Parts: sequence; C-alpha cells; structure tokens
Amino acid sequence: MWSSSLQRRLPRIVDMPRMTIVAGIIVLGALLVLPQFIYPVFLMKAMCFALFACAFNLLLGFTGLLSFGHAAFFGSASYISAHALKVWGFTPELAILAATLNSALLGYLFAYVAIRRQGIYFAMITLALSQMVFFAALQLPFTGGEDGIQAVPRGALFGFIDLSDNRTLYFFVLAIFLFGLFAVWRIVHSPFGQILKAIRENETRAMSLGYRVDYYKLVVFVLSATLSGLAGGTKALVVQVASLTDVTWQMSGEVVLMTLLGGMGTIFGPAVGATVVLSLQNYLSSLGSLVTIIIGVIFVVCVLAFRRGIVGELQARWPRRNQ
Amino acid sequence: MTTIFDLPVSYFGLQFLIGLQNGAFYALLSLGLAVIFGMLNVINFAHGAQYMMGAFLAWLLLDIAGISYWWALLLVPLIMGLLGVVIERAFLRWLYDLDHLYGLLLTFGLVLIIEGLFVSVFGSSGLPYEKPQALAGAQRIPLAMITGNERDMMMIPLYRLWIVAVSIVCCFGTWYAIERTRLGSYLRAATENPALVRSFGINVSVLITLTYGFGVALAGFAGVLAAGVQALTPHMGSNLIIVVFAVVVIGGMGSILGSIITSFGLGIVEALARIAYPEASGVVVFAIMIVVLLMRPAGLFGREN
Amino acid sequence: MFKHTLLASALVATLASGPATADAISGDKIKIGVLTDMAAVYADLSGTGSVIAAEMAVQDFGGTVLGKPIEVVSADHQNKADIAVSKAREWIDAEGVDMITDLVTSSVALAVQEVGREKNRVTMATGAASSQLTGKSCSPRGFHWAYDTFSLANGTGTAVVKNGGDSWFFITADYAFGHALEGDVSDIVKANGGTVVGAVRHPFPSSDFASFLLQAQASGAKIVGLANAGSDTINAIKQAAEFGIVEGGQNLAGLLMFVTDIHSLGLKAAKGLYMTTGWYWDLNDETRAWAARFEQKAGKKPTMIQVGTYSAVLSYLKAIEKAGTDEAGAVAETLRSMPVNDVFAKGGMVYANGRMAHDMYLAQVKTPAQSSGAWDYLNIVHTIPARQAFQDPAKSGCAVIN
Repeated sequence: MWSSSLQRRLPRIVDMPRMTIVAGIIVLGALLVLPQFIYPVFLMKAMCFALFACAFNLLLGFTGLLSFGHAAFFGSASYISAHALKVWGFTPELAILAATLNSALLGYLFAYVAIRRQGIYFAMITLALSQMVFFAALQLPFTGGEDGIQAVPRGALFGFIDLSDNRTLYFFVLAIFLFGLFAVWRIVHSPFGQILKAIRENETRAMSLGYRVDYYKLVVFVLSATLSGLAGGTKALVVQVASLTDVTWQMSGEVVLMTLLGGMGTIFGPAVGATVVLSLQNYLSSLGSLVTIIIGVIFVVCVLAFRRGIVGELQARWPRRNQ
Repeated sequence: MTTIFDLPVSYFGLQFLIGLQNGAFYALLSLGLAVIFGMLNVINFAHGAQYMMGAFLAWLLLDIAGISYWWALLLVPLIMGLLGVVIERAFLRWLYDLDHLYGLLLTFGLVLIIEGLFVSVFGSSGLPYEKPQALAGAQRIPLAMITGNERDMMMIPLYRLWIVAVSIVCCFGTWYAIERTRLGSYLRAATENPALVRSFGINVSVLITLTYGFGVALAGFAGVLAAGVQALTPHMGSNLIIVVFAVVVIGGMGSILGSIITSFGLGIVEALARIAYPEASGVVVFAIMIVVLLMRPAGLFGREN
Repeated sequence: MFKHTLLASALVATLASGPATADAISGDKIKIGVLTDMAAVYADLSGTGSVIAAEMAVQDFGGTVLGKPIEVVSADHQNKADIAVSKAREWIDAEGVDMITDLVTSSVALAVQEVGREKNRVTMATGAASSQLTGKSCSPRGFHWAYDTFSLANGTGTAVVKNGGDSWFFITADYAFGHALEGDVSDIVKANGGTVVGAVRHPFPSSDFASFLLQAQASGAKIVGLANAGSDTINAIKQAAEFGIVEGGQNLAGLLMFVTDIHSLGLKAAKGLYMTTGWYWDLNDETRAWAARFEQKAGKKPTMIQVGTYSAVLSYLKAIEKAGTDEAGAVAETLRSMPVNDVFAKGGMVYANGRMAHDMYLAQVKTPAQSSGAWDYLNIVHTIPARQAFQDPAKSGCAVIN
C-alpha cells in the first residue's frame, strides 16, 4: 500500500524535474542567443520587469495578498541605484545592493503597517503607503522631482568590467535575473512556500495548525519587496534613468496586469506576462492610444476567459496530454 | 472687517465652502462605489472613467443636439445607467463567484479601453463646456450672525453652492431609498443572504443589475456637475478615482452613511491642507487612511467580521 | 541585422575620430525619429501632428539628401523618460536613426539629450520647455528649437510688468518644470522693478483650483501668474472666472499656453489673456498657407511645437547637405553656423549652447466678437526680437561653450 503509492508518485517526481530541466535549458539557451536577434536593452528591460512581476507574484499568486503599492519598492530602488551610481560613484553591484537593501527596509516598514489587514484593506493600505513614497520622490531634492535622474553612468562591474557595452551588461543582467528567478523558485518550493500556500488556501486553518500567519506574511512581503528592489535597481542601470513613472500607482497596477496575464499561481507566468505587455508597448508604440485599447481588451478577455493566464492555461493543458 | 491671521473671515468661510464642495464630489462618487461594492462585491475601478464619460456626454448633448445642461442632468444619468446595465450583463456577472480581485481587474481593463477610445476620438487637451447662465453668478452671503460685524460678507460662486446642494439631496435620497424603503430592504437582504431572498420570489439578479446601473448613473451625474467647473479631458477621472477609493475605505467599504460623512469631512480636511501645506494636499487623504486603518481596521463606519 | 549595424556604427565612430570623409551617410539612409506623446496629455500639442510635420519637411526638402533616401520613424514615449530612453537607444543602436526630435515633456528631452551626447547623435527638442536643456544640461549635440521657459517668462513677464502689472502671485505646479518657470518669471519681474508677493504650490495634476485662487485673491497681487501647463492652466483660468478674479481688478497671466489650450478653454473664458508664443498660424500668407496644408492632413491647425518640428527637421537636412556627411559632430557644427529661414523662423540663429533663437510674439486672446471662428484666437500685440526673447548663451550656465 505504502510502496504502491510511492511507486505511483515516483515517476512524477522524476518526470517533473526532467520536464522543467528541458524547458529550462531551452529558455536559457534562448536567453543566451536572443541578444543576437533582439535589441539587448529591450531584453534587459523586459528581464527587470519580469523579475519585478515574479517577485510581486510571491505575494499575489502564492500567498493570496494583493499589494497595490509595489511600485514603491521598484521605483525607490531605481532612484537609490541611480543616485549611488551617479553621485556616490558606487560600482554597479554595490549600487544595486544598496537599492535592494533600501527596498527590503521599505518592505519591512510597509509590511509592519499593513500585514494585519485583510483583502481590499490590505491593498488600500499598501496603495496609501506607496503614495507617500511617491510624494517623497517628488519632494526630495536628490530625486530631481519630475525630471528624474538622468545620464546615470553604467560604471564598471567590481571596478574592472566595463558595462557600457550592451552585451556585457546583458550577461550581468541575465545573471541577476536568473538569480532572482531561482530565489523565487526556491522560496515557493521550500517548506516555507508550502505554508504560504496553506495561508492562501485557508488562513484560519493555517492559524489553527499553529502557524504564526502574520510572521509568514511579513517575511514573504519583505522577500517580495527585496526582489522588486533588485529589479528596480537593475533597471536604473540598464536604462540609465530613474524617473517618477516607476513610483506611480499606475505602475503598481501595471505589475498586477502583467502577473495576471502571465498566470498568477505559476512561477514563470508573470515573466511571460511582463514580456508580452512590454513587447506590445514597444513594438506597437507608433500606434499611440490604440495600444492602450489593445492592452485593455486583452486584459478583459483574460479576466473573463483565461483567468489562469498564459502559462497557467498551458500548464493546465500539458499534463493531460502527457498522461 | 473681522480678521484671523490678517485674513478676512470670509476667506476662511469660502475655503470651508470649497472643501464642502469637493467633499460633495467625493460623496457622489463614493456613494456609487459603496453601493456597488455592498451589492455586487465588485470594486468598480471604472467609476472614474464613467464619471468622465458623463461629463463628455453632457458636452456631446450640448454640442451636437443642443440639449441644455438641465436636460443633461436628467438624460446623462439615464444613458450611463443603461450603459452600466449592459456592462453588468456582459462582463461583471461572470465574476460574482470569484475573489473580488477579478472585478477590480476587469474594470481596470475597461478603464484602459474607455480612456484609449476617448483620447483617439476627442484628443487629450480638453473640451470647453459652458455652464448655464442661471448658475454663473455669485451669491452674497452675510456673515454678521456669526461674527457680529456687518461688514463681513462672503461672495460664493453660485455653481459651487449648487453642487453642494444637489449632492446633499442625492446622498440623502440614496440613503433613504436603501435604508428606509421596501426596495432598499430587499437590496440589503439580498446582500446578506441572496439565496433566502430569492426563495421569497424576488429576482435578485435583476436587483444586482439595477444596482450597478444606479451606481454608474451616479458617476455620470457627478460628471455632468463637474463639466461646469473643470476642463473635460479623457483622464479627468483616473486622477480622482484613487482618492475616492481612499475615501470609501476610510468610511468603511459598503457603508453608505459612512461614505457620505467621510466624503464631506475629508473635503474639509483637504481644504485646510491646501492653506497650511498645499504641496501635501494630494496625499493628506492617504495619510489619514493609514492612521484610520491602523486604529479601525474596517474603516470609520465599517463592520468588522 | 544587429551585427551589421554594430559594424556600421563602429565604422562611423572610426570615421568620426579620423578625418571626415565626404558624403559619408551611415546606413545609406537618413533616419529621423519623432519621439512624442501620442495618447496622453500632450498628444494634441505634438503627437501625430509632429510626425506629419516632420514628413512635410522631408517632402519639402525633396525626399533625398546627398542622393540618399530620408525616412521618418515615430514612437510614443507615453511621457515616460525610461520608455523614451530605451526607444532612443534602440533606434540609434539597432535601427540606425540619425536624429531624434519633438521630445515633448522636459524629463524626456533631458534624458534623450543625454543619450544623444553618449551615442554621438543630434537631438532637437521642440516640444520640451525647460531652459535647462541649453543651460546646465547642455550638450554639443543637443538643440532646443521652438521655445523654452526663459523666453516665455521673458515675453509675458516683461510685457505685463511694463503694462503696470508690477506685483505678482504665482500658482505653481509642484514639480521641476513649475518651479523653473516660477523662478524665471520672478527674476524677470524683479529685474523690471516689480515684486513677487507670494506663491502657492499645487499638487500636479489638480482639477480644483478654487482654494489656490482664493489665496491668490487674498494676496492682493495685481497679477496671478500661472506657472503650470495643460489642463492645470485650463482649469485655473476656467475657475478664476467664478471667483471674480478679473472683475476684482486682478489679471491672470498664463505662462505656458498653446493655441490648443485656448481651443479647450473657449474664447469666452480665455478672452483678454496675454500669452507668449513662438509661432501662430495667422501671422502672414506663408504661415497661413503652411497651416492650411497641415490642416488638410491633420484635421486641425498646427501648434508651435509641430511647426517647430518641421523647422528642426528641415534645418537638420539642410545641415547634412551643407556638411556633406551625417556625422553628428559635423552636422551640429553646421547647424550652429546656419541661419534658420523657413515658415517657422525668419533670421533664426543657433547659439553655441544649442538654443535656436528666433522672434517670439506676445499675443492677446481675442474676444468672441473679434474672432471669425474656430482657431481664430490670437491678436499679435508685438514681436519680441530674437536677441531679447532668448537668454544670452553666456549667462545660460552651459559648460560646452566656455
């Protein structure tokens, strides 16, 4: 009985990673050769947003918490990173580290205030806090207000690898991106991640099992904010600009959009969603207001018919074909 | 003249009134949001876009058909209400069994579509709307009974007074209809236990549709009122809606009286902020929201479950 | 494809460092990028109208330069500096775009000008207002064409103070552009013997200005200066009428206004207002003819940004022809040495800091009775000669020229 159930489970355990590994190798290979075909700065920007969306999804998809203020972590990190590179003369890795730490701290602050609230109240309190960050970004002298911080130097990695060439930078950003995704994957597939899922499915039950739900929520919030900060700090290095756009509530909305489009409960879905949204904005950009309408339509269709998102729908169909 | 800080009393009186008038807008919009949330469990992100559409409809009626402001006050809410019914039937009703996140996301998508369409048709820089002659002047109000000084006078633009008056009537009417009439009692019962109400032979689904239509109609109505004071641009709603959300949350989601009282209160607080620290007047509502939610998790008038 | 252009740009770089070779056109094509706002608040001022204007310039130039074809590409930057920068880099690195223009919104123009500096490309801002572009952020490859905060402040500020409006109160949008405009006008008011009695900073954007207007009223200043733009300015003017600001003896001065703003306000609300503009469609037969041509394609009269884009593109093409190359350094040098004579500017000169100085116009908005219909909005009160209208480059704080 016990062994038969193990037998039944075994092939799955072996199968799943194999599939993941194959898919992973394909994606990794694609990421390595893609800059030959697609403009690398666009790819790097897409990776930053993809990481941002995946980090956000830790909360929305895996813990069931809707934060409507994630732009605060992404945007403030890009300010810190830009300022550190331009004014303090930090090397890129230190600037990004500073930006990430800033977002971790900010995340702790947000979580401390918001974590005891449920559902829509949680969303609104994170929104309110991020509006405070927006206000600070507008008023503080170092951010350059509406003009933002321009002409951010890319500097030299560890002090000696020059990043001004797009392709050198690409591999640095790719490394960060893969590290970020690995972190998300690791978090989701750890015992800690299992508890998060339990909280998502039934918070009361998780509590009655003796888990300190608030503590877990706090930790995952800080993790999500930290990774968002990593993405934001890297983005400032890539586009060499930090501006108000990244701290607006519209950006918080955009990341929800990306996540939902790609697939909420999936690890890599948000990355796909981010890439789709950015591609639409980039390649259709001469169409003007039509792009907004197209994104809106896709979004509505997604909510009505494909709620699992792109990757979620694929995953839902895949195993059936395999069996 | 009586003065405070070297400024005439009438100055503060006017600022107070303007606070009330801004509160009146918040009240009309948050009322619709609260009613929709209470009945449908949907956070209607499209409320701002619907408010904008109301304003543009008023302009269209005047510009194309020559229909006056007064008729627009009646017609626009009707048209918008119908549109609301269509939106509810076509989109929202598929989402009631799901987390209310999906309602928010769907209406967010609608905002993108509506605003994109309006920009491509009407442009982005704005359209002029002429308010009716009857409301164009100003009203002189003596303050002697408050200050005891005959020379204290306040010149109040009629249109602002009109907004406050209309809004109060609307708010009271809605509150009365929901809290004190038979139809309202069905509505409230249907929110609590739809299955039970259905078993009494009441068509809950129609009730829900009508409620959404009513909420959208209110937004359209507020849009017509706004057309008289500000430029009509496709983005006029999206800047307002976030603040109105905050107002609804502070008042307590779903609480109608809470929304109304909070709206007027916050309007006045904002007016004070505009004198004391104008740069921050845009965020003061959010600061208040944080404090309120920390002390009362369900908002000022909300019920915790 | 990417490798190819990489090679090409490497070639250009070596060419640039070595002695310039005659008729070297990179990529066998001249590509002009119009980077603009196509769907948000500035779409009517610039947007597709700017793209049309740029195409008209190419057409008027003859479609080819030095025997090579000219192509206009366009993109929407959504008023976001990061999107603008990524697009500009992609254009330059992967698509061989030689010049980028329009660049409405100061944050976008400042950021893209930096890209031009780094990548050795000419940028010609026509849509942005900030004088900083040719001030402390100036670049040897960056040009500022149609107008700027200094010339607007100077035009309206000087004229209003000379007409007796010697005490000012500002209603300022609380962001970099608003502060810069307020600062520029304050300096000019004081230089002309006026005083600034106060200012209030409003969040950007705002829809209700009642409270700020009341503060302006209470200040007793003769002039209420509106250091904001777009719908903020429109709303402030519209609402000022309700509080009897003008009837009470105070006057409004819109510091950054476009003809489209007057269109949005309606003449009844805007009548009598003073504004400074770089161009108006109804100046003379030439401008009227150009505007009619534009209107056929765009469906409305051009703004000074759109016609400025036309002028910038035309001047750029003339400079390539004269320089015999599209290498940015040589073209920029030629641009600085050439007078600008087209429908936008007569006798315009390009200063060393990249500022194109030309005559500006102080205009007053017509009353509904004076106007013959749509777009007939302005009376030109007087012409401000180029040298007076724009800042002396030596005082601009631009490091490139010293």
